Amino acid sequence: MKKVIMGNHALSYGAMLARVQVISAYPITPQTQVVELLSEMCASKVLDAQFIKVESEHSAMAALIGASLAGARTFTATSAQGLALMHELLHWASGARLPIVMGNINRAMAPGWSIWSDQNDSLSQRDTGWMQFYCANNQEVLDSVIQAFKVAERFYIPAMIILDAFSLSHTYEVVDIPDQALVDTYLPPFQPAFRLTPDDPHAFGGLTSPDHYFELRYKLQKAMEKVPEAVEETGREYEKLFGRYLGTVDGYCLDDADIILVTSGTAGSTARVAVDNLRKKGKAIGNLRIRLFRPFPFKIVRQLLRRAKKVAVVDRNISYGHHGIFYQEIKSALYGFSSIPVFGFIAGLGGRDITPETFEEIVDYTLSHETVDSEIIWIGVKK
Amino acid sequence: MKEKRRKAQKIIFNSEKEMPIAPMSLGSMTFNLTGAWRNIRPVIDLDNCLQCGICWKFCPDTAILIENEYPVIDYDYCKGCGLCAEECPAKCITMEEEIR
Repeated sequence: MKKVIMGNHALSYGAMLARVQVISAYPITPQTQVVELLSEMCASKVLDAQFIKVESEHSAMAALIGASLAGARTFTATSAQGLALMHELLHWASGARLPIVMGNINRAMAPGWSIWSDQNDSLSQRDTGWMQFYCANNQEVLDSVIQAFKVAERFYIPAMIILDAFSLSHTYEVVDIPDQALVDTYLPPFQPAFRLTPDDPHAFGGLTSPDHYFELRYKLQKAMEKVPEAVEETGREYEKLFGRYLGTVDGYCLDDADIILVTSGTAGSTARVAVDNLRKKGKAIGNLRIRLFRPFPFKIVRQLLRRAKKVAVVDRNISYGHHGIFYQEIKSALYGFSSIPVFGFIAGLGGRDITPETFEEIVDYTLSHETVDSEIIWIGVKK
Repeated sequence: MKEKRRKAQKIIFNSEKEMPIAPMSLGSMTFNLTGAWRNIRPVIDLDNCLQCGICWKFCPDTAILIENEYPVIDYDYCKGCGLCAEECPAKCITMEEEIR
């Protein structure tokens, strides 16, 4: 069934189809309509789930940690400052190996207060042990929730589904709502290998001495390393049932591209308009959109970028005192494998529009420079 | 019941492969006899006990049981925090040094 829905509601429908059992959320700004629709679904019994209202995002994640440990499929959503408040609990969720799935709307961090898009909120949580999926359209948002549960529950790693504020979250698009029975065959009920139950009592998350802590972290990393392949595998399985492939990256016009624009989120769709325009002018440009950011899909990124003559990474984020965060990641993936110049651009912070003209400016710069002489090339700063 | 309790043993895994993926105890925590942490032990002078049950109510480790209407300390789990002695209105609980 096709529906015209906003990105926030694509998350809600994804959670509904995944038959989540416990939802916990804090309802005030920076929250969005994701949990509003879910609460309505719970109230009208369209969705058979417990909706727990809490007093902060910190508590929202804490409630889900308990519910997930008890064996429930769990979901929440947040944004910006709310995600930051959850930070401590994000470590608790991944450290306890709980496959919680959460939607995060990429909003710029305050101050100044902002409800517009940039990626510093989710990228600040890069090292918490959560998987991160960056989406480019509302269909992908819905599909990603279902796929994320499948991957999360296989490896016991929580996952974040990330979408740009406004350009996805509040933008209405046609979304195919998959058939529930088909989703059920793709995503069977969550049956954890360990859980909190009086029938087989265990204490969880207790004091762990240096004799064992190290190995627990090693095991989390080893599980993370298997994720990129599993995303591709579950993505192909998804394609068989629903006709849409969900991979770790999404390439466009890469085969003969001299310059590859590396993007994430909705900037990817805009980049493609620019690629088409530039190709009409005879410039061989391609676009690689990173969908899975954590764990980072090193192998495929290396394979795809090595063919190009130059790479231009576009970041809607910044690591202060360093540079764009995707730029760091791409350089680190290519290090030792390729010596092609990689340029790093920062654009669109705090919801400033990223337009096809932005990409044309980026391509002009990249074409006219042979070596990287600046760690950050700022695009669109009023000077 | 008490006879069935095993003592918690320090287990060290030799390989990560033998370990669970999450930080968790291997069994019920009733085996973990936390009374071993105690440096001072509460001793109740039952002759002066009012049977008020305040010590039972305040014990943070539920290590005080009521047996035959009088409080009994479960030394397997009592960590020796001294709350019962502090709260006892008859002052009939004293904290004595633990001698091992």
